[in-house]
Amino acid sequence: MSDIAAHFSYWITIFLMIAGMYILIARGNLLKKLIGLAILQTSVYLLYIAPAKLIGGTAPIVAPGFVTYSNPLPHVLILTAIVVGVATLALGLAIVVRIREAYGSIEEDEILAQDRADDAAR
Amino acid sequence: MLEHLPALQVVLPLIAAPLIVLVRSRSFAWLATTAVSYACLLIAVLLMSRVGASGPISYAIGSWPAPWGIEYRVDALSGFVLVAVSLTASFVAPYAQRSIAAELAPDRQYLMYSMYCLSLAGLLGIAITGDAFNLFVFLEISSLSSYVLIALGPRRRALVAAYQYMLMGTVGATFYVIGVGLLYLMTGTLNLVDMAERLRSVEEVRPVLAALAFITVGIGLKLALFPLHQWLPNAYAYAPSMATAFLAATATKVSVYVLLRFYFSVFDPAPLFERLPTREVFIALSIAAMVTASLVAVFERDVKRMFAYSSVAQIGYITLGIGVDNQASLTGSIVHLLNHGVTKGAIFLLLGAIALRSGAVSMTVASLAGLGRRMPLTAFGLVIAGLSLIGVPGTAGFITKWYLIVGAIDRGLWWLVAVILISSLIAVAYVWRVVEAAYLRPAPDGAACGEAPPGMLAAGLAMALLCVYFGFDTSFSAGGASDAAAMLLRGLR
Repeated sequence: MSDIAAHFSYWITIFLMIAGMYILIARGNLLKKLIGLAILQTSVYLLYIAPAKLIGGTAPIVAPGFVTYSNPLPHVLILTAIVVGVATLALGLAIVVRIREAYGSIEEDEILAQDRADDAAR
Repeated sequence: MLEHLPALQVVLPLIAAPLIVLVRSRSFAWLATTAVSYACLLIAVLLMSRVGASGPISYAIGSWPAPWGIEYRVDALSGFVLVAVSLTASFVAPYAQRSIAAELAPDRQYLMYSMYCLSLAGLLGIAITGDAFNLFVFLEISSLSSYVLIALGPRRRALVAAYQYMLMGTVGATFYVIGVGLLYLMTGTLNLVDMAERLRSVEEVRPVLAALAFITVGIGLKLALFPLHQWLPNAYAYAPSMATAFLAATATKVSVYVLLRFYFSVFDPAPLFERLPTREVFIALSIAAMVTASLVAVFERDVKRMFAYSSVAQIGYITLGIGVDNQASLTGSIVHLLNHGVTKGAIFLLLGAIALRSGAVSMTVASLAGLGRRMPLTAFGLVIAGLSLIGVPGTAGFITKWYLIVGAIDRGLWWLVAVILISSLIAVAYVWRVVEAAYLRPAPDGAACGEAPPGMLAAGLAMALLCVYFGFDTSFSAGGASDAAAMLLRGLR
């Protein structure tokens, strides 16, 4: 039991990961899918950051009185990953806007129905 | 200057991309893109020759030594991939001018060039970097720009295709980062060489297995490993011609490189292949890709979609070589990165030329009727590339299949030879549909006649000729691939 509690950050990570994947797969709305994608990416941030933080640890600056330091590298990596995530989300939203202009809908089934109607018409 | 070549390889296209956006001139964009593409090819060839002469090159970015800083590392395998990618780029870039001018609104054309440069930078970066996280960043640079390239396609379906590709590609990249995160937790390093050494002493196997699973599925999505290929046919079919040719020839191939790198250089391949069912899984998925995707291609109406499904099948050959896992089969896999790139590049470049002349947004096989008389050179190039796709002796495709068959026989898998032959016969069926339409059916009245502009035609035909060249002179292609395969296998076993 204490093991499970001590690793609570991993449980949150796994929950976010699965929740994100579920939204991504189960929802037909293109915007909601992007939200799922963002949640999935957020879970990764936690996966990196949580183990890097030592309880009582400080920033890794050598100074008298401090002996435990948190690992700065994962924080920097995740800063990069957040930038990538933002770029992905921005591009995704831009494409959704264009899809809405072209199809007049952001529901996956309606868009596919329009495509099928096009095929049938040809 | 010479010692900074590894950095220039990536930095040149990376700088060109924002420069093109700033200048906003179409002719400047094209000139810069072409110059950068040729420069990249030159650098890649120089690097490759230096690797051949004096062994792997290690370059410390910002002079921070590995394993703390980011290391750029060129060895037999990454050098080969660099040459293969920049070779394709050097054919696509000159072709792009007329093709983009015909397919995009004038105010958007410079964006296409810019995205192409970014994509090139990302792909070259993936191949050259020796850092697992840096690889992720390049993976996303190349992927995000290729989503844009696809979304710029002429039909509205391009948007949906780009959206779907974006979802699956981002899930793939996220899975890859999860895998890398787990490996980092276990080893405390991101440098691939360092990580490989430290993984040998890791006692706890489960997180490493989880990392292996995440990386395999993540990269599998990116390289369109069957059954994770759902994004590929639409993305290739609806993208602008030049983007299809470039991405089909390079993007999935570079992802295969990542898979090879992790399977053979980072993870310990001995337990990976001996204790886990890696071989069986890869062979089964590859066969499924080779047979089912080829069959779908036979019945597909749209020409670009047909060849896109053929790409899924061809990726099956590449992963088959990984599954068989010996010197000959790995040589086959690696040489196919180049051979299939050249073959598919030629096909999609020539299809783009046909699309330009016919002016139609979608091309069915039936619309190729009479092509042999209307555009004789284009049709001829298409036939040559088609023969290479089938694997007829004297073409690049044959070299791949030869090595794969030798590899399968070495492993005692005789039945695989039959599977490769069956899959090739199915390829005959879909290539024949094109040949039949082009040469045996009369051209419809009023169909456009005449070849595409010389720049486009020359690029397409030159790539088709490369299919023949690499079928005869294999000193670079199979020679380089054989060195790379030997390096992968020698590394740790």
